[in-house]
Amino acid sequence: MGKGAGTKRSNVGLLIVTALVTLPFVPLFLWAFAGEWRFPDLLPTEWSPRGISYLLEPGGRVLGATINSLLIGVSVAVASVVVGMPAGMALGGYEWRMKGAVIFVILLPILVPPLASTMGIHLTFIRLGLADTMLGVFLVHLVPTVPYTAIILTSIFAERTGELEETARTLGAGPWQAFRYVTLPEVAPGVAVAGLFAFLISWGQYILTLLIGGGNVVTLPMLLFSAASGNDPVVTSALAIVFALPAVLALVVALRYLKPGTLDEGRGFVGLGKVS
Amino acid sequence: MGGRIKIALLLTPAMLVIGVLFAGGLVSAVVQSLGYLPAIGQTEISLDAYREVLTGEDFLDSFLLTVYVAGASTIISTILAVLAALVLRRSSGRLSAIVFQLPITIPHLVAAVGIALVVSQTGLGARLAAALGLIGEPKEFPALLYDRYSVGIILTYVWKEVPFVTLVVLAALRGVAGELEDVARTLGASAWQRFWYVVFPVISPGIIAASLIVFAFTFGAFEVPYLLGKSYPTILPVMAYNEYRDIDLTARPAAMAINVLIALTTAVFAALYLRLARNLGRG
Repeated sequence: MGKGAGTKRSNVGLLIVTALVTLPFVPLFLWAFAGEWRFPDLLPTEWSPRGISYLLEPGGRVLGATINSLLIGVSVAVASVVVGMPAGMALGGYEWRMKGAVIFVILLPILVPPLASTMGIHLTFIRLGLADTMLGVFLVHLVPTVPYTAIILTSIFAERTGELEETARTLGAGPWQAFRYVTLPEVAPGVAVAGLFAFLISWGQYILTLLIGGGNVVTLPMLLFSAASGNDPVVTSALAIVFALPAVLALVVALRYLKPGTLDEGRGFVGLGKVS
Repeated sequence: MGGRIKIALLLTPAMLVIGVLFAGGLVSAVVQSLGYLPAIGQTEISLDAYREVLTGEDFLDSFLLTVYVAGASTIISTILAVLAALVLRRSSGRLSAIVFQLPITIPHLVAAVGIALVVSQTGLGARLAAALGLIGEPKEFPALLYDRYSVGIILTYVWKEVPFVTLVVLAALRGVAGELEDVARTLGASAWQRFWYVVFPVISPGIIAASLIVFAFTFGAFEVPYLLGKSYPTILPVMAYNEYRDIDLTARPAAMAINVLIALTTAVFAALYLRLARNLGRG
């Protein structure tokens, strides 16, 4: 009896949680397609494609900003994986002294807001001509993303024993061959997750882009922020949906292709909420 | 010996990124906070900016607001998360994984916009209240945005952070706590006894670790309060940004001093968290 009641309570609980989680999306979707929605009305009285056509406007700002966000996000993801992978190998694959201290240093940019370091480095970026450029924005996005890729890949490498590489080496493979043909294929799913994380973190950055991009590098969150500070819920909601899309897609892909359990149990996307 | 060099080489790229862009940025912030700004002809080192910031009334107001917002968000998120985890632990893992991962992956800005459209005076909540005859005019609905109590900000943080803390608690519950609880049940412990004496001690380190992260994050986060907060007092990161944006470059050291204080505070929480996490790993 106890188990049955518990399951039922669980399902009711899940229903309530689902409702609360989806609640903020309800006005977003209604507003994005609303033509007229005056105060006491519970639903829009007229529908309109205005929000959608704002997004798709040829040569419009949304398209340009989306391209900027994608370009920066993809290059940040690739660079973070390239930088984070060797660190992950060192931290996950080997035992050595001072490891705890190094982990602390690597985690610090996740826990200490990168706002402080970015304001500090702004002057240097101006001097080097990196301020107001995509390259500059790309560089500061690495501050929150590299720690994540390094930590994710650490846990991936920690689960491996390295025996296969040893076998490959005894069979005459060079260190690079062993890495390329043995290590890499095996850690590929973990690398994909790490890259996805890095992309989503970069995609969500607002203040770092604003500080270093100085308004010259316009990404989607810039448009969303100025729309949200204004008075047009239709445009704001349409932008918010586009801005949320990669996160939803990533979640769907991850849940579909990753082995069950990767996303449960307090791992998975857990840390992401802290920086996006 | 070769091993040590190999590890050092492997760590170099990540350490360079963090060392130059993060640590270098922080050092630069400290230097500027001490008033060293050759660009505007200031080369004298002093603690004036800290004195100015710490004795100003603005800072105290902002500090108190920041602690209040971070504290309230953390406490509310943690309590709701523990309740949710206790209720949900027997539900399907797959579905709850999707439901919980959604707020975690959604950017804060989207969450803030969505919550604002629910709780504003012409939002979904107000319309529902009007439909139920509770209010007639939008202004009769309580102001939950740009308000004294930062309700909109806290609600956004709670929406974002509850799933994070819940997943941490669920992980602990599905591990050892579940087995121990079954033992306690067979020994005749009541539901409350099982929770207080068996389950809670097992899950509490995880809860504390997760709430330390939430507190550190909400203490230093910028976007949500910048969008949904009122213009005075602002939370500390917004105050730092406003000082930074000041055309008068002499305000720069004050902005940097606030930054350094934020970084120090969050670093303390980070250290506490890592210490706890390491003990958890050992235990």
